[in-house]
Amino acid sequence: MLQALARALIRRPAAADTTAAPDTEIAGALAAQLDSAAQARLGRSLAILHVAAAGCGGCATEIDALGGVAYDLERHGLAFVGNPRQADVLLVTGPLTAAMRTAMEGVWTAMPEPRWVVAVGACAIDGGVFAGSYAVQGGIGIALPVDLIVEGCPPSPASVLSALLTLIEANR
Amino acid sequence: MTIEALITAGDPQPMRPWPRYLLSCEAWRAVADALRSDPEPALLGLWADTAHVHALFMGSTPMIASVPVEGVLYDALSPGRPAAALFERMIHDLWGHVAAHGTDQHPLLDHGRWPILRPLSRRPVPNSAPPEPQGPGVVQPGQHQVSIGPIGSGAADPVHLRVTVAGEMVVRMEARLGYAHRGVLALMRGKPLRSAAPLAARIAADSTVAHAVAFARAGEAALDVDPPPRGHALRGVMAELERIASHLGDLGAALPGLPGARCGALRETVLRANQAAFGHRLLMDCVLPGGTAVDLAPGGHAAVLDALDRIAKDEPDTRRSLDGMAVSTAAGGVAGPEILASFAPGGVLGRAAGRKDDARRVPGYPPYGPPPTVPSAPWDGDVEARLRLRLDEIRDSNVMLRRWLADLPPGPVNGGVPFASGEGLGVAEGPHGDVWHWLRLDAGNIATSFVRDPRWLHWPLIEAACAGAALGDLPLIMRSFSPAASGLEL
Repeated sequence: MLQALARALIRRPAAADTTAAPDTEIAGALAAQLDSAAQARLGRSLAILHVAAAGCGGCATEIDALGGVAYDLERHGLAFVGNPRQADVLLVTGPLTAAMRTAMEGVWTAMPEPRWVVAVGACAIDGGVFAGSYAVQGGIGIALPVDLIVEGCPPSPASVLSALLTLIEANR
Repeated sequence: MTIEALITAGDPQPMRPWPRYLLSCEAWRAVADALRSDPEPALLGLWADTAHVHALFMGSTPMIASVPVEGVLYDALSPGRPAAALFERMIHDLWGHVAAHGTDQHPLLDHGRWPILRPLSRRPVPNSAPPEPQGPGVVQPGQHQVSIGPIGSGAADPVHLRVTVAGEMVVRMEARLGYAHRGVLALMRGKPLRSAAPLAARIAADSTVAHAVAFARAGEAALDVDPPPRGHALRGVMAELERIASHLGDLGAALPGLPGARCGALRETVLRANQAAFGHRLLMDCVLPGGTAVDLAPGGHAAVLDALDRIAKDEPDTRRSLDGMAVSTAAGGVAGPEILASFAPGGVLGRAAGRKDDARRVPGYPPYGPPPTVPSAPWDGDVEARLRLRLDEIRDSNVMLRRWLADLPPGPVNGGVPFASGEGLGVAEGPHGDVWHWLRLDAGNIATSFVRDPRWLHWPLIEAACAGAALGDLPLIMRSFSPAASGLEL
């Protein structure tokens, strides 16, 4: 164990070579929407609440990977939180099912202003392959105002990271 | 007369590669009665179409017994096989057939919020009643209830856990499912086989290859075609890469600190090798009916071997880190042989309690050869056993992958499938157990289908294993099972 620890300390992590760059165009558009109060309050950090609405779990596992050593979300000033009261960003994966709508609206209501919704993956954007089913209402945009979308099925962790950095940049 | 004999005395139906027997209501009732006293054969799944109920058993071979539904009724199997209860509840929610004398008649998937009732029945009716509010659970004096989820339950999908505790001890845990039901079966209906493949690949992302292979094998069986050798071999490569990535992800979530982080980093290495070799990190849509969708990319071979080398090199350290967990996992979380006997769950959950169920071995399918795994220790179905077994399986998959990659057969990867009719059953062993797909094709389109994810048999056992544990140990116990609902809820 000690050996492993020592080795891990002196060696570069095997997979940490992610270079995520924010999208300047979206950042500019978002910045225009944000008021100065929000900018003063948030600075360069964002607390993210990830909710898997339904779906296959593909986007959810890729989001989980963001918190691991390979992407190390926290070095960018981003952090996952488990409580909506602490969250700035609601990051949604999976389609919105009828059964989950009440819970999603409840989480959103509990989040303090200013707050954002990021829809990650085809399902969260418009229901994806599950659109048109009796059980699926669509993407999260049906119930909540979406600020940013990240396309893909599932999107890579790097592209999600880049989108989240866009939010920070817009907020600078 | 054994149960198997009772079933095979039925009228054989044209299903490939194993037979399906249509039983009279009386013969079905005799089977249901015999199941109460005879532990064999294992019930693997139960589902319906608009006119029949089908039960999948594992006898000397897989076999399906079917019974016509009389009015809305059929005889329940749950009194003899507790595993049938979840299926019977699902059948009622989706098709409206009622299990007479079933042990549990509560809705499973239908929370009363769909616009229609009984969506897969011949004539779904509009849902006009408002959803029933969920009442508080009943607790005895001295107990109280902790409600976890559906958001933030710790499972991969939205699941609502109601945990009844007495002090720090869990008396009972109940999982309320159905939040992730997306209506996959309804979406598949009427689609051509290949157009439905993306849906099959998105039933459960951690088993996307297994689901795609089982779906493809069901279709290929129905149409009586066989993929080319290279297609089979590449499916095997993808399936074992998926197993390694999934097990590493589960270990990463369960192990604390550095060992867990390292498993996560290794998983990332595998996912990047997947991207390099097959063009998708999770290998979605890489398997299609008729073979595979993609061939091994140039450079993919080296990327996969590099990932395998790293995993093999780190294995001893990860194994040692499990030694320190023995104390923390000593109490609770046991899904032992006794409780498993009437459930026959596949995958890590079953094998960690000494069961031998592995679809790669029985019934077996290409490219798997003779039995790959011999359990290296007596397994008693606790948290540590499940984690250690995953390490063993990673090692076995590593060996298999090196062997296959050194000797991939040449030729095309996909032989195509005709537009024809037929009925087929397909199976594949995923990271969490045996995945079964059943399909009936009508001129190339899916007329009706069912998907039996291994998690159908897992949830009741997870609930049972959590009883008696300390509340604080619950997250670790849950993670050792890798609970998810998307595969089950469809």
